[in-house]
Amino acid sequence: MRKKPSPSRRSLLGMIGVVAGSAAMYHAMTELGYAEGSPFQHPVKLSPPPPGTSVLVLGAGVAGMVAAMELRDAGYQVRLLEYNARPGGRNWTLRGGDTYTEMGGATQQVGFDPGQYLNPGPWRLPYHHRGILHYARQLGVALEPFTQVNYNAYVHSTLHYGGKPRRYRQVQADFQGHVAELLAKSTRQGALDDAVTRQDREILLEALREWGALNQNYEYTASFASSMRRGFAKDPGGGLNSAPVPSAPAALGDMLESRLWTAISAAQDYDLQSSIFQPKGGMGMIGAAMGKNLGPLIAYNCKVTAIRQDGSGVTVRYVDSRTGKEPRSARAQWCICTIPTPILSQIPMNVGAAMHAAIDQLSSLAAFKVGLQFKRRFWEEDEQIYGGITYTNMPNAIIGYPACDYFSSGKGVLLGAYNFGRAAYIACSKPPRQRIQDALAQGAKIHPQYRSEYETGVAVAWHRVPWAMGCQGAWTDESRAQHYDNLCAIDGRIMLAGEHASRLPGWQEGSVTSALDAIGRLHARVMAG
Amino acid sequence: MTGLSQKKAGAALIAVFCAAALLVVGALAVRPGWLGRIAGAPAPMDEANWNGGYFELEGGAALYQGICQGCHMADAKGAVGAGVYPALANNHRLARAGFVIHMVLKGRKGMPPLGGDLNDQQVADVVNYVRSHFGNHYPARVTAGDVRSRR
Repeated sequence: MRKKPSPSRRSLLGMIGVVAGSAAMYHAMTELGYAEGSPFQHPVKLSPPPPGTSVLVLGAGVAGMVAAMELRDAGYQVRLLEYNARPGGRNWTLRGGDTYTEMGGATQQVGFDPGQYLNPGPWRLPYHHRGILHYARQLGVALEPFTQVNYNAYVHSTLHYGGKPRRYRQVQADFQGHVAELLAKSTRQGALDDAVTRQDREILLEALREWGALNQNYEYTASFASSMRRGFAKDPGGGLNSAPVPSAPAALGDMLESRLWTAISAAQDYDLQSSIFQPKGGMGMIGAAMGKNLGPLIAYNCKVTAIRQDGSGVTVRYVDSRTGKEPRSARAQWCICTIPTPILSQIPMNVGAAMHAAIDQLSSLAAFKVGLQFKRRFWEEDEQIYGGITYTNMPNAIIGYPACDYFSSGKGVLLGAYNFGRAAYIACSKPPRQRIQDALAQGAKIHPQYRSEYETGVAVAWHRVPWAMGCQGAWTDESRAQHYDNLCAIDGRIMLAGEHASRLPGWQEGSVTSALDAIGRLHARVMAG
Repeated sequence: MTGLSQKKAGAALIAVFCAAALLVVGALAVRPGWLGRIAGAPAPMDEANWNGGYFELEGGAALYQGICQGCHMADAKGAVGAGVYPALANNHRLARAGFVIHMVLKGRKGMPPLGGDLNDQQVADVVNYVRSHFGNHYPARVTAGDVRSRR
């Protein structure tokens, strides 16, 4: 390994800010109003509305179905119109036997074995997303732990360490260890005397030794202590010749320049902290349960073509989404519309200029996922990786290992790619088959077993999803300041709901809390006469 | 520890954390929203994808085939779902070059703003490409300067 000069203190602080500073970042975000916890409260208390009060809900995704269930239970007459032939919207699981046709016409027959699946949309349920968890529990959807952090998964860069993946635990231990050693050195040299008292100095040194697994001289070196974090060159065992052999930490400069440390902060975010869950059998189990609960109140295969309100109600025109024919209309006193803004912006709707402007400006982020089925669970059998996520600088960004059926001898589906931004635009521009080939070529650089074990895959690029036309509302601080309140406000007899009308974009909890806020304000309006 | 030194130490620590937090927020400002707010977004290991910079594509054809055809399709005839991706082929609205530049930079009605992901020359190249292909024959070429003035 090349000798590298030590990084400057300033650049080091920057690194700490990124990796160790989630708390600082979280604090800053709280100040800005971006990190408040879920405001979910239940039961939703809606007094009985005047008899016959009706609401038409557009979209049977999570937001629309939560609104519909609560309104129905309060005594409203509710109907839903849904574009798809199934409930759930982006709450969606692709399984063997499913057919998916994206915009442009490319059709994929999902060839997964029974029990195998891909969640193209949401795949995790943080413990503090109490709203979506409430409905999962209420509807009898079985949940199981999702493994977010796996210390034995990889962190990989094509540009560093010869392109060889490193274990997450090595990266985390080395980053903490080196940072602790540097801070201990600064502390002992008196560089932090302005910041800590003499008494606290000793406590800080003690803490750094413990946090960084340093030796008695406050050095991060190959030792039993550091190997207890990063793993051993030879693990301890029983009997003769069982003594452990410590492993050698990576050099500080190499470790910093590799940027592998960026993977550590990812799972420290509030949204991804333990405990975190997934529905057994796929995220779509929640949408399916909601759809079953609402039963005949949902009309499927309905493509909305116009939304028009007048003094006494809202009339929605729609056609059969499969044929574009059979124009029909539905009418109710009120309308809750959850149609994503890239689509809604194209539907004639007589609301005020402020809501129109809010809808027209809100595009959707690009994102894509690829699911890959393999003949055997080589990540478990060969590499002892049970769930969790491998991070890489390649366009596939991650490899997600299934958080179910551990140790089973059968097949498994990996999340072979999940990325946003420019990588997602580029993936979307390729045919599904090529997206899968790319994910295979990239993944094989981390798991060579890909080449011999791959069976079948499916690729979803969200801008090609006919009923979403994007992944999630693309808010910026500026656009939110200018348009968010106008997007959420009641306009006459119409109001919007969905993840895009929340401060949790892309999370189902945003959909739930948006829906509950919407029906609460709608109900107040109804009761005020 | 005296109250004074406690306060002093606290202030120093806060200053350090604020500086770190600002660095973080600053770095993230160019991303599409705060990364932690993107549901389940991967780690920003791929610096080129997240932190500034532009698409690594050169020339109108490569830009169109790498980005635009994701929605407008390879033949530029657009696509229909619950909404529509408009055809760029034989589209008279492309006559107004300024309109096309503005759509690429700022987006609207489902078209995402790509101004942060493309440099002036890239925008000019892709605008010129769609205005001279797919049955469009608008001879006037836009320049990087035209793009810059509309940012």
